Amino acid sequence: MDRLFELQDEFWVAAVETLYMVGLTLLIGGLAGLLIGIALYTTRPGSLLSNRVVFTVLNVVINFFRPIPFIIFIAAVQPLSRLVIGTGIGNNALIFALSLAASFAIGRIVEQNLLTVSPGVIEAARSMGAAPLRILRTVVIPEALGPLILGYTFILVALVDMTAVAGFIGGGGLGNFALVYGYRQFEPAVTWAAVLLIVVLVQVVQFFGNWLARKVLRR
Amino acid sequence: MALVALKNVTKTYAAPEKGGAPIVAIDDVTLDVEAGDVYGIIGYSGAGKSTLVRLVNALEPATSGSIEVDGREITSMPERELRNMRLGIGMIFQQFNLFTSKTVWHNIAYPLTVAGRPKAEIAARVGELLDFVGLAGKARSFPDQLSGGQKQRVGIARALATSPRLLLADEATSALDPETTQEVLALLKRVNREFGVTIIVITHEMDVIQSIATKVAVMDGGRVIEHGDVFDVFSNPQNPSSQRFVATVVKGIPSPAELAVLRERHVGRIVTISFRDGDVSQASVFLELANAGLEFELVYGGINDIQGRAFGHLTLAIRGADAATDAALARIADRVDVTEVS
Repeated sequence: MDRLFELQDEFWVAAVETLYMVGLTLLIGGLAGLLIGIALYTTRPGSLLSNRVVFTVLNVVINFFRPIPFIIFIAAVQPLSRLVIGTGIGNNALIFALSLAASFAIGRIVEQNLLTVSPGVIEAARSMGAAPLRILRTVVIPEALGPLILGYTFILVALVDMTAVAGFIGGGGLGNFALVYGYRQFEPAVTWAAVLLIVVLVQVVQFFGNWLARKVLRR
Repeated sequence: MALVALKNVTKTYAAPEKGGAPIVAIDDVTLDVEAGDVYGIIGYSGAGKSTLVRLVNALEPATSGSIEVDGREITSMPERELRNMRLGIGMIFQQFNLFTSKTVWHNIAYPLTVAGRPKAEIAARVGELLDFVGLAGKARSFPDQLSGGQKQRVGIARALATSPRLLLADEATSALDPETTQEVLALLKRVNREFGVTIIVITHEMDVIQSIATKVAVMDGGRVIEHGDVFDVFSNPQNPSSQRFVATVVKGIPSPAELAVLRERHVGRIVTISFRDGDVSQASVFLELANAGLEFELVYGGINDIQGRAFGHLTLAIRGADAATDAALARIADRVDVTEVS
């Protein structure tokens, strides 16, 4: 317990780092994932802008990256990370790897949620003379908004989990804090403090996501 | 000139498996819909009715043939022009297909926004339409707060928003109960009479045709096998396939199974007499039988009313000497259709 008090400053820095990594990843990966998901949805055969070539390529690329375990993925994209953001270690390198991995996962979740929109509603919009991109913007996305919010909440919680391996490439955050100061120094109280904060964070995120989805779905 | 003119229109879909024969959904259909008509298209499910109506607003492209809407050939139109053309054609659906994320007001405003109308005009038009369909109090409701009949009324208001000349109704009442069906049909009738909107109604329900259609086409296996005035087609179908279909929806013709039961229960000869409006009164037929000293019993039948004109089929079991029966039936057959059924 005493050790935990001594580590107070490091603890809060780690918490902020986790929020920073998760937040920035959600922004970058979330946006990229949204675009990937929309591209998958619209180019699928029979959809608004069906294009077999684009759809097949996207599908193969995503299926290639998705099964790679994240801890291996980080190591594998290190050279790419150096090329793009100039470094292969630290919090920003983790954000790079995390955004990349998350965008593929989010892409799939977005695609799945958009597919739940009834084809009849899309047909109705077409019968009114609406163009494909307008239908996407004003019908498909609003109709799928509730499930989309829940999908993003799910990913956000998974991101908190994924940041725990940041220490592997010299990043920080609560996961790293628990490993370095708690687990390796035989201080279970320190480990548990980090775990507790992560649990609270996840609860808050999930609660907020559910609330927002309920508001959008009006139930 | 017809508002919608289909000439030798065919629609085929690629075979579901490689090397299989393509699926012919619409097979050489030629059909004219005049402005002001309420044109019913009726047939078993899978007959191609829904595909046919989607060719008219080009939601499905035709494989071959010509489709003219309001004098303009649409089969060769580029997509951009097609979208513009669709603003002039409303469509309503069996499952209503309302936007669940938008209020009633925004559902009805949607096609007006697509058409690029100014805000003030949209607001005025939506108000007008809400009044017309009797849902002025529901502007802020969401579709899942409405009953089936209310949803279809919103669907109708939305389809009419851009003041189209043509309305396509795809099984618009098939998901509704009989009472609500009548409400919606009455509304469609008003749309036709008050705004002069031409309506093409797809249905498998006789009630719908009976209460609003002026013309009807019967479809089977992707072909239009018979078309014309509703009364003519239903009271006296010519094509064997349409006879079969009409028999299933028109009251009064016993099915083979029902005939077998009748046969068992009644001795004597069983005869179906078909009456058509303006032909001969039932009374004169009965009188003829009575005068011949024949005993007869009404065992099956029904009289249908289509827009004020009646037709029907009565099945009689007749007992008496064969010669007298033959003679009486021959005299009756001069005036109405007589079918000896067993």
